[in-house]
Amino acid sequence: MSTTLSQPRQHKREIVEKAVIRFAGDSGDGMQITGGQFTNTVALYGNDLATLPDYPAEIRAPAGTIPGVSGFQVHFSSSDVYTPGDNVDALIAMNPAALRVNLPDLIPNGILIVNLDDFGEADLRKAHLTSNPLEDHSLDGYRLFPVELTRLTRAALKDVGLDAKSMDRCKNFFALGMCYWLYNRSMDMTLRWIEDKFKNKPLLVQANRLAMEAGYSYCEATEAFQISYEIPPAKLAPGLYRSISGNVALAMGFVAASQKAGIPLFLGSYPITPASDILHALANYKEFGVITFQAEDEIAAITSAIGAAYGGALGITATSGPGMSLKTEALGLAVGVELPLVICNVQRGGPSTGLPTKTEQADLLQALFGRNSEAPVPVLAPATPGDCFWIALEAARIAIKYMVPVIILSDGYLANGAEPWHIPAASDLPEIPVHFETNPTDFSPYRRNPETLARPWAIPGTPEMEHRIGGIEKQDITGNVSYDPINHEHMVRLRAAKVDAVVQEVPDAVPAGDPSGDLLIVAWGSTHGAVTAALKAQRAQGRRIGHVHLRHLNPLPKNLGEVLGRYKKVLVPEMNMGQLLMVLRAKYLVDAQGYDKIQGKPFKQSEIERKIEEMLGVNQETR
Amino acid sequence: MTTATMPLVTKKDFQTDQEIRWCPGCGDYAILSAVQSVFPELGIPRENFVIISGIGCSSRFPYYMNTFGFHTIHGRAPAVATGLKITRPDLSVWVVTGDGDSLSIGGNHTIHMLRRNIGLKVLLFNNRIYGLTKGQFSPTSELGKRTKSTPFGTTDRPFNPLSLAIGSEATFVARSVDVFQQHLKETLKKAAAHKGSAYIEILQNCNIFNDRAWESLTEKDARSEHVVHLEHGKPLIFGKNHDKGIRLNGLELEVVTLGNGITEKDLLIHDEHHPLPAYAFLLAHMEERPGFPSPIGVLRSWENVPCYEDLINQQIRDVQAKRGKGDLAKLLRAGDTWEVKP
Repeated sequence: MSTTLSQPRQHKREIVEKAVIRFAGDSGDGMQITGGQFTNTVALYGNDLATLPDYPAEIRAPAGTIPGVSGFQVHFSSSDVYTPGDNVDALIAMNPAALRVNLPDLIPNGILIVNLDDFGEADLRKAHLTSNPLEDHSLDGYRLFPVELTRLTRAALKDVGLDAKSMDRCKNFFALGMCYWLYNRSMDMTLRWIEDKFKNKPLLVQANRLAMEAGYSYCEATEAFQISYEIPPAKLAPGLYRSISGNVALAMGFVAASQKAGIPLFLGSYPITPASDILHALANYKEFGVITFQAEDEIAAITSAIGAAYGGALGITATSGPGMSLKTEALGLAVGVELPLVICNVQRGGPSTGLPTKTEQADLLQALFGRNSEAPVPVLAPATPGDCFWIALEAARIAIKYMVPVIILSDGYLANGAEPWHIPAASDLPEIPVHFETNPTDFSPYRRNPETLARPWAIPGTPEMEHRIGGIEKQDITGNVSYDPINHEHMVRLRAAKVDAVVQEVPDAVPAGDPSGDLLIVAWGSTHGAVTAALKAQRAQGRRIGHVHLRHLNPLPKNLGEVLGRYKKVLVPEMNMGQLLMVLRAKYLVDAQGYDKIQGKPFKQSEIERKIEEMLGVNQETR
Repeated sequence: MTTATMPLVTKKDFQTDQEIRWCPGCGDYAILSAVQSVFPELGIPRENFVIISGIGCSSRFPYYMNTFGFHTIHGRAPAVATGLKITRPDLSVWVVTGDGDSLSIGGNHTIHMLRRNIGLKVLLFNNRIYGLTKGQFSPTSELGKRTKSTPFGTTDRPFNPLSLAIGSEATFVARSVDVFQQHLKETLKKAAAHKGSAYIEILQNCNIFNDRAWESLTEKDARSEHVVHLEHGKPLIFGKNHDKGIRLNGLELEVVTLGNGITEKDLLIHDEHHPLPAYAFLLAHMEERPGFPSPIGVLRSWENVPCYEDLINQQIRDVQAKRGKGDLAKLLRAGDTWEVKP
């Protein structure tokens, strides 16, 4: 680099409220890391944000092909952010396949950075393109910036002493450097990350640093963009923040629950996308006494957690849909023996293997009903990545207080998506009372607490408390094996009444937006962001709409029926074929309407808005 | 707790008031009696015993033992027990299972429990039949066996449970017989003393669906001709007149008659600590060949393999020694954070 390049030239700097940027490339191009770095940098700067990682199920599909395209989208803003963004303001496409897959989401006149070095004939063929979009005017509606990413990266690294392949692997950092310039962001955080990540490989520290700085300098020197953008920090509530993904938030929530309950945490788990990161995170928290057991299969994962709970630990298991199916019988055992347990299902597209890396909400009815016989359990669903922390704590508290297995329904979008998270003070988190029964006088394993209907937790090793439990129907109070017909009905109703009693823990539904009006949107899980954003936009146009977001799906808030009656119409948007809709219609005899999206992708704000307008009879032609 | 301060416990203390629902004449009664006799002798407080079972006739066992007990689901007892033993290494955890429960539906958990060498004591009641579901063949039923589900005979080759356990890297593998009370009790004590997984195949008679399955071993007259007692450091001798022995010939075992120049010194001396699993495999498979007896006793006992629960808990202590005990406030604030000022 010549010295003249370090002298900044004049360019226009525009202050904007928000931007949505997407990095797209081959799954070997490091797009998830690039996106993650950009996210952390804008988070640290104080923008509100939401992310959408979108990666293929294959570890390395053939390079340059459509199935191999991996993307990472970040929406960052100086005001509140609820979704990763419907459309993209700036797209970085590392090859023709990435361009082809992602171009439809780029706004007209959007910024399009492409790696000119990867648009040869062979590259175009792999993307099934018959003509070169860089030459055929199909990109005329965008601000196209073809950059020789590969050549320029190699030039920047020529003195480092890496082979060509290793140099080429740094080109994502060249692109990242360009984006930092484009959005006026400091490279400091990523420089620190590079130094830490490659601390034992000084050559790679040097190479990635040089590549990023070269990308930054390239923009400054060439006046390629003529304009850069400034997005001021968001006005978040005062306090300490970090960026957090749903899976990490769940893991931290369970550690917090274990600490607040004063009992060890045991995770039984079998690797499965997109839940494995919960195992990875907890495996690294050994200083908290956390025991992670990578079991031989999904069944051993849950049954070992049941064994741990039997011994007095906080037993949890984490999985995704197919694994949930395998755990079903054991979950019924936990219902019958009434031990505390938390089961996380990070939902993905199904059935069967389905879409392992894509999001869906289609396991709700399975969570509610998917066991043989009558086996109800409390079901909770986090609304945002950060909410996963609070849901983990809440699930553990209910499980212990009511001696019951609790299901958490997260999903792939929450699991991998990130948002700024207001860090709570550890000392503010409420204790979770645990009582191990030690008094043998009048002890009966199925004598219940009159308020919660929980049975006592009498753990092995307690003198004079020896007793037997099992999956066979039990006589009320004594827990002895019983085939008595009347006792069986009594026990079925008792177990259901216990789960119903959890409603004591469920706050009343308080609609966001209008407390009564023309339309109520009832939603759950990760649709929270899109619905919230759509509600805000539509209410700004004077429409009278409310939004109830259910974090407790069983039992439901006790006032929900009354709230449903306050609105003329009810809309239930879900990433399934209408599962909550079915429950609401059955339970409340309400003529709610569903809005389903089953594409492995979260709702866009605009999609919800269009549906709202359709239901309110707004003429969409004239709006 | 030292034995001096422990109240004297007897067999009676391990009996429950529950009506036993095994068929009259079932081999399970004898096993129950042996376990109830041995537990008071182990020096373990009664409240520290836990018996975990799966599904099947044998799996009703916990209801009849006055200890902590957990009757779980089909095949999963080893996994439930694993979760318990990892979190509560202080407990003496026993898994009671059958040939269907352990080797069919629970086969996966069985092999992984054994390879991890977690400190569970496993009693496999092998009666070579499904009893509770009323008479279908099991994974240990002999090839060609006619049962309710195989009216023309099975086409399944059976498992050899001892061989399966050895192949799963089990550190303690033994076999006993329901009616050999003294031998069974001794074997249970050895299993209890073993650190790590202890696997005992107990040949057990189902007098309803597979009566006399082990007759050649248990019939008084035939017994000594068909059973060889494995005793550490002693030669392999059997036969009514103690005149037959087993000798190693290359990689094969052979049955020889003592006398005519063949003495005890020529015979295989049993070494339960033999480092090679191949040795235990030879013992496990000998009965499949004509003229060979069935082995009972401890085939393999390896003491120097670390237990899974020790490793897992030691790792936690090591990390705590290095990082200090976990601080929740620090965890929540870990990584890059930023402050939003009022």
